[in-house]
Amino acid sequence: MIEVDLAQSSVRELNQRLHRIGPGDNEHHWRVVNPNGAHAVAVGLTAPVHVEIKGHVGYYCAGMNASAEVVVDGHAGTGLAENIMSGSVRVRGNAAQSAAASGRGGLVVLEGDASARCGISMKGVAIVVGGSVGHMSAFMGQAGTLVVCGDAGHDLGDSIYEADIFVAGKVASLGADCMEKEMTPADFDRLADLLGRARMAADAARFRHYGSARRLYNFHIDHAAEY
Amino acid sequence: MCGIVGLFFKRGAATQALGPLLAGMLSQMRERGPDSTGFALYGDEAPPGAFKATLRAPDGGYDWAAFEGTLANAFQVVCPARKYGSHAVFTIGSDPEPVFGWFAQHHPELDIFGFGERIEVFKDVGLPDAVSQRFALEQRAGTHGLGHTRMATESAVTTEHSHPFSTGPDLCLVHNGSLSNHNRLRLSLRREGIRFATDNDTEVAAGYLTWRLRQGMSLTEALEAALADLDGFYTFAVGTRDGFAILRDPIACKPAVLAETGDWVAMATEYRAIATLPGAAGAEIWEPRPATVYSWHRQ
Repeated sequence: MIEVDLAQSSVRELNQRLHRIGPGDNEHHWRVVNPNGAHAVAVGLTAPVHVEIKGHVGYYCAGMNASAEVVVDGHAGTGLAENIMSGSVRVRGNAAQSAAASGRGGLVVLEGDASARCGISMKGVAIVVGGSVGHMSAFMGQAGTLVVCGDAGHDLGDSIYEADIFVAGKVASLGADCMEKEMTPADFDRLADLLGRARMAADAARFRHYGSARRLYNFHIDHAAEY
Repeated sequence: MCGIVGLFFKRGAATQALGPLLAGMLSQMRERGPDSTGFALYGDEAPPGAFKATLRAPDGGYDWAAFEGTLANAFQVVCPARKYGSHAVFTIGSDPEPVFGWFAQHHPELDIFGFGERIEVFKDVGLPDAVSQRFALEQRAGTHGLGHTRMATESAVTTEHSHPFSTGPDLCLVHNGSLSNHNRLRLSLRREGIRFATDNDTEVAAGYLTWRLRQGMSLTEALEAALADLDGFYTFAVGTRDGFAILRDPIACKPAVLAETGDWVAMATEYRAIATLPGAAGAEIWEPRPATVYSWHRQ
């Protein structure tokens, strides 16, 4: 276990140390203390390390994460795990707006609530929220899965392409071109598997499935002659 | 960008803790607003029949003693003025209106940055640590205070265009964002008798709240009405004589964090400003919801 105290060390020094970890290195467990809302903590990791951050972080924590497992034992500010590629990011508290924005892969678990625009422009990431999400979550989602164990705010899945959304609680309103869809046995299995991987004790049978109505973005064959 | 901070002690008398804590919070918001810094403090109350006015002179070398002499010939100056370079706080035994008329006639070079029973307003071009030091923020007591670091987008980088804006007794407002219907709204508020000193969009929001409070609305009602009448992006923090409120627009792109303990409520654009406060680690912390008024009042 390597401990880095952000009251003593800068975020840049921490991130550079994490970036320098090579394939043969044995520095797998890191613990970061006194983040005090610092921005860009543990950004751009590419090694399969475990980083636990004790306290609240500022903006863009664990952005562009690949392979690493990052745990925030506190709340997270705007843009948590933005553009995550793989690995996992877990927040034990709440996350501010735009969590997991444009994420391409990996798993983001928010044990508390997420604010507005959770999973905006998601491109393959799996997001599991233990609480509720704010308005315009999964806005323009292109691929991936957003699971909400609580409620969803207004305009859920607005202008969505092909991501899947599962919500256990109430949905304030659906956004443009987002509709409720059938929960197939395959969807159910995928959801149950994801809840298990997120270690979220929610019953998959309580969820409803939402996705794209495919009326907004599709090229319409009747208009082919216009081009 | 811009950074906002606010600190509100829920009970007790004005405390010396306020100034240093507000200065520490402002310092954390330096990168968000390097153009100018300002703060409002709610300190000791003016005696009955008197009010406090924070005046700002064109430069730091202004002869406040000479001014005080002429003021004392026209009105009762209740206690000695407190002078901080270009700014000074006077306590005057009169209704405000005749005093403002006298200022306009005899001292048009002075700006009135704030007035009321308790409010004091200080703002200037510069980074937060420098401005805090210029106005001795760390030595100042109060029950609550608001601060702002500005990155200008809608109007010029001058002291007059800095926040907080105070347009009515004991009311002030700081703003992160930009309003798009401020010109039209300013015209209609001027017809209602609200005075504006600049072309700044935030001053219009402050004037709007002054107008609504004058109509008899509570602060919460005035902010709910603002949701319908103000167009643009905003996170507002508002101070009144005994109150403190936060409002974000319905889209809520402009960030905000609230924190509360048994002793205080704090608001900041980023958590790192709140992290400097004693008890922050154990505070309840949340992101204020869009289009929702949060307000607190001292008992």
